[in-house]
Amino acid sequence: MPDLLIELFSEEIPARMQKRAADDLKKLVTDGLVEAGLTYAGAAALSTPRRLTLAIEGLLEKSPDTREERKGPKAGAPDKAIDGFLRGAGLTRDQLEERDTPKGPVYFALIEKKGRPAAEIIAEVLEAAIRSFPWPKAMRWGAGSLRWVRPLHSILCILSDETGASVVPLDIDGIKAGDTTEGHRFMAPGRFAVTGFADYETKLKAARVILSPEERADHIWAEAQNAAFAQGLELVEDKGLLAEVAGLVEWPVVLMGDIADEFIPLPPEVLQTSMREHQKFFSVKNPKTGLIEKFVTVANRETADHGATILAGNQKVLSARLADAKFFWENDLRVAEAGAEAWLDSLANVTFHNKLGTQGERIERIAQLAGAIAPSVGADPDLATQAARWAKADLSSEMVYEFPELQGLMGKYYAGPAGHPVEVANAAVEHYSPLGPSDDVPSAPVSVAVALADKLDTLTGFWAIDEKPTGSKDPFALRRAALGVIRLVLDNDLRLALDQLFDAQLLRHQIALDDDGAVRNALLRDLDNEIADHGVFGAAIRTVLDHFDGDLSKHLEKVKDSLPDTSRDLLGFFHDRLKVYLRDKGVRHDVIDACLAMPGNDDLTLLVKRAEALGAFLSTDDGENLLQGVKRSSNILAQAEEKDGVEYSYGADLKFAEADEEKALFAALDTAEAAIKPAMEAEDFAAAMQAMANLRAPIDAFFEAVQINTDNQVVRRNRLNLLSRIRMTCAGVADLSRVEG
Amino acid sequence: MGKAMATSDTRPKSFQDIILRLQSYWAGQGCAMLQPYDMEVGAGTFHPATTLRSLGSQPWAAAYVQPSRRPTDGRYGENPNRLQHYYQYQVLIKPSPPNLQDLYLGSLEAIGIDMELHDIRFVEDDWESPTLGAWGLGWEVWCDGMEVSQFTYFQQVGGYDCHPVSGELTYGLERLAMYILGVDHVMDMPFNDPGAPIPLTYGDVFKQTEEEYARWNFDVANTDVLLKQFEEAEEECRKILDQTHLDPKTGKRIVMAHPAYDQCIKASHLFNLLDARGVISVTERQAYIGRVRALAKLCADAFVQTRAGGWTDGDAA
Repeated sequence: MPDLLIELFSEEIPARMQKRAADDLKKLVTDGLVEAGLTYAGAAALSTPRRLTLAIEGLLEKSPDTREERKGPKAGAPDKAIDGFLRGAGLTRDQLEERDTPKGPVYFALIEKKGRPAAEIIAEVLEAAIRSFPWPKAMRWGAGSLRWVRPLHSILCILSDETGASVVPLDIDGIKAGDTTEGHRFMAPGRFAVTGFADYETKLKAARVILSPEERADHIWAEAQNAAFAQGLELVEDKGLLAEVAGLVEWPVVLMGDIADEFIPLPPEVLQTSMREHQKFFSVKNPKTGLIEKFVTVANRETADHGATILAGNQKVLSARLADAKFFWENDLRVAEAGAEAWLDSLANVTFHNKLGTQGERIERIAQLAGAIAPSVGADPDLATQAARWAKADLSSEMVYEFPELQGLMGKYYAGPAGHPVEVANAAVEHYSPLGPSDDVPSAPVSVAVALADKLDTLTGFWAIDEKPTGSKDPFALRRAALGVIRLVLDNDLRLALDQLFDAQLLRHQIALDDDGAVRNALLRDLDNEIADHGVFGAAIRTVLDHFDGDLSKHLEKVKDSLPDTSRDLLGFFHDRLKVYLRDKGVRHDVIDACLAMPGNDDLTLLVKRAEALGAFLSTDDGENLLQGVKRSSNILAQAEEKDGVEYSYGADLKFAEADEEKALFAALDTAEAAIKPAMEAEDFAAAMQAMANLRAPIDAFFEAVQINTDNQVVRRNRLNLLSRIRMTCAGVADLSRVEG
Repeated sequence: MGKAMATSDTRPKSFQDIILRLQSYWAGQGCAMLQPYDMEVGAGTFHPATTLRSLGSQPWAAAYVQPSRRPTDGRYGENPNRLQHYYQYQVLIKPSPPNLQDLYLGSLEAIGIDMELHDIRFVEDDWESPTLGAWGLGWEVWCDGMEVSQFTYFQQVGGYDCHPVSGELTYGLERLAMYILGVDHVMDMPFNDPGAPIPLTYGDVFKQTEEEYARWNFDVANTDVLLKQFEEAEEECRKILDQTHLDPKTGKRIVMAHPAYDQCIKASHLFNLLDARGVISVTERQAYIGRVRALAKLCADAFVQTRAGGWTDGDAA
C-alpha cells in the first residue's frame, strides 16, 4: 500500500497559526480521501515557519468498486417522475430493470461505479483543501487570485511504495505539484528531490530544518535549561513563548546573553514582560536572589562566530528596550514618592464610561463601598477605603501605559514608596482577581473588600444604565465580574447581604446619573448614614425624603420606584450565574431552585450550604421517599383546596385523630418541628434535614393506614390540615415543590 | 543582481552611503528612482507613488527616500532613537514579484549586512492604516532581534481591493543605519563620510531642527489656525473632486485625483500637529481619523477614474 507525502511550501507562516493549520490540512485531506473511499492506516501533521506537511501511511491504491441498487417509480409512472429518477441515478431509460413486486412492476436501477486511482482522488481533494483552507486571515499576491496565508511557492505531493515514488499530477493556478522542496533559507539554499517521508525528513535535517515543532520546542527547552544550569541559574518557564519561538525557527540555536547590571534591579515582572513581548526572549533567574540576570534568545542559524554577532545585536536591542523600562520605572517612583497625587488627579480626567463618569468618580464610589463591606469581611474600614483609593492609581503610571498587562502589579510595587502599608500594596494587585474560573481567589481581608467593591460597583453601574449582557454580548465582562463576586464570597465563606450592597451602590449611581454638586453629596452622606444605621433600603429612602422637600422629593420618588426592581433584577442575574457555577460542581439545578425560593437568598454562602445539605439529603433513601410523601400530601391538599375553595392551614387537632398512625404522625411532627426550628436558626441544615427525614416513616404509615377523604367532614378537614402541617414544616427547610422526581 | 552588490567588501561609512547603496541596488532591480514627495507626510506610504499607484491594474515599480514627520515623537534631539523628522526608504512593486523576499534580502547584503553572521527573521505583522483605509499582510523583518523593515503585501487601499497586489518594503533608515554603523545615539551618526574634508554628523544636520520643531509642535503651534487649515483642506479636497471630469476650458477629460490627494495629505499632517498639541481628546481622535479616511477614500475613487488608475476610454460607456 502506498504512502502519501504532501508539503505546502510558502513564505513565513505566522507562528501562532502553524499548528492549527497543519491539523486543518490533515483533517481536510483525510476526510476528503475517506469520503471518496480511500482509507489509510495513519496520518501525521507537521509544520515549520515555511511549510505545512502531511504524511499519510498505508493508503489504498484505488478506491473500491461500488454497486448500488436503487428502487425507482412504478412501471408506467409519468415520464416526469421517471426522468427525475434517471437524473438522480445518472442512467438512461434502457439501463433500468423492471421487476415484479407485490405492489406491481417497479423500475430498479443498478448503479455501478468503478474505483478510481488514488492519485486522481488525491489531486481533487488537495486542490479543494487548498482553495477552501480556513486561515484566520488569508491574502492574495502578485497578479493571481489564489488565497493563502502568505504567498504559496511550491507543492510537493508524491505517492510512494517499494517500487519508487511518483508525483501526483496537480496544478493550482500555475503551481505544479512536484517531488522537490527547499531546506533552510540561509544555511542550505536550493531545491532537492525526495522519495518518501523518511527520505524527506532526513534530507531536511541535513538541509538544516527540523520538521517537527515538538522536536524544535524540546530542543530549545533542553538547550536553554542546560545553558542556564551550567551557570547555576534557572530558566523561567513560559510554555506559550516556547511554542511561539519554535514556530519562528527551522534550525533553533539557543544563545544566552547578559542583562546589563543597571537593569537587574528592575522588578522581575517588568524585565520578563519587556523581554517576552518585544524580543521573544526567555528570562533566566538567579535562584538565590530571585532576580532575572540573563536572557535566552533563539536564533535561526549557526554562524562561524558561534552566534557572537547575533548575541551582541540582541543585547543591544534589549538594552534600548530596558532603558525605556528603567526610565518609566524611575519616573514612576518619583511620582509615587511624592504621594502619587498626580496620578490620582489625572484619573479624574479619564473617562471610565460616558454615562458612568470618570475613573476618579468610580474610584471614590468603590472606596465608599469597600469601607462599608470591610467589617463583614474582617477588614479595617479605613484601610479598605485607603486601599480602594490606591488600587487603580497605577493606571496613570508610565509603566502600565507601556505594558497594560502589569496593571495592579505596578500598584503593588509603587505602594511602599507612596507610603502605603503592605495590605494596601497587596490589594492593588489582588483586587482584580479572580479573573477566570481557575484564577486564585484573594483571601486577605483588605484585598477581598476592594475586590468585591470593584466588581459590585461595575455591576450596579451597568445595571443602573441598563446595559446588561445579552446573549453572547458581554462587552464589559459583567458575567465574569458576577462570577468573581460569587467565588470571593464562597471561597472565603463570607456572610454578606448582597441585597443591601446592591441598593447602596445603585443609589450612588442613580444619584450621580441624575444630579450633581453639593446637594448630591449631602444626600449621599445622609443615605449612607441611614443605610449604615438601619441596613434597610426602604427606611433610608423614607428618611431622606422627609429630610428634603420640593423637587428633590420628586426626584427621589423616581429613584424609589425604579431602584428595587433593578436591585432584584441584578440579584436574579447573580442567581443565574450561581446556578451555572454550581451546576459545574455537580449540584442539581432543581435543588438550587428549591433553596432560592427560601428567604435570605442574597446570602450566597447560606444558599450554597442549604443546597449542599438538600442535595445530600435527597440522594438518600429517606430523602427520596420523604419527597414522594410530601409531594403526595401536597397534591391531595391542592386538589381538596381547589374543590372546597378554602385553604387548609387552620391547624390540625390531635383530638380528632382516629387511627394510631394518625396520632403517631402528630407526635412525629411535634418532634420534627421542635428540632427543625433551632437547627435552622443555627444554620445546621444537616440536622434540619435529619429531623425531616424522621418524618418519612410516620408519613408513609399514615398514608398506608388512613383514608383522607372520609365521609366524616370533621375528620376529613382535620386530616387535610394535618397534611398542611407537613407542607409547612418542610417548607421551613426548603421549597420541595421545586424538586423534580 | 543582489549577489554582486553583496560581495562588495567595503562596509558603508555613513548614513548617506547606506541610502546611496539602497538607491543603486533598487535601481539595479529596475525600479524607477523617484524623489521625496514635496509635502509633509507621516510615512513613506503617503507618497502618491505608493498610495495611489497601488490602486488599479497598471504595473508599477518605484523606490524613493521619504522624509517623514511625526510631531508627537519629537524629543528635542535628546532621545537616542526618537525623532519628529526622520527618513524612510520605500519600495513599491506591482504586481509583487515571486522572489520579492530574495530581492529584499539582497538589499540588506547591499548595505553591508553579512547574511552568514546575522540572524534574519520574518515575524508576523499585519499592517493597517486607519487614515488611508488600507491594510495588508506581511512581516516586520528582524535582524538579530531588531526590527529593520516592514514587508507588506497590500490587500486594500482606500477601501479598494488591490488587484494586482503590490509588494511594499519600508526601511526605517536611521535605526537601520545606526545598527550597521554601530552608533548608539542617532545624533552621533556620520551623515557623510567621516574622512570627508567637512565631516558632518546627523546631529550637525538635524539637532537644531529637532529642538525647534519640538518646541513649535508641542507648545507654540496655533491650534486655532491648524484647526481652520484642517477644515479648509477638507473642504478643498471635496470641492476639487466635485468638479466635472470634462474640463470646460480644454475639452479634455481631467480627473484631479492628485491635487485632491494633496489636500488629504495636508489634512492628515494637520491632524498629527493638533494631536501633538494635545488638543484632541480620545473620542475626538476617532472622528478626525474618520474624516481623513473619508477623504482618502474619495481620492481613491477619483484615482481609479484616471489613466494611471487603469481607466480606459472604453470605461466611459
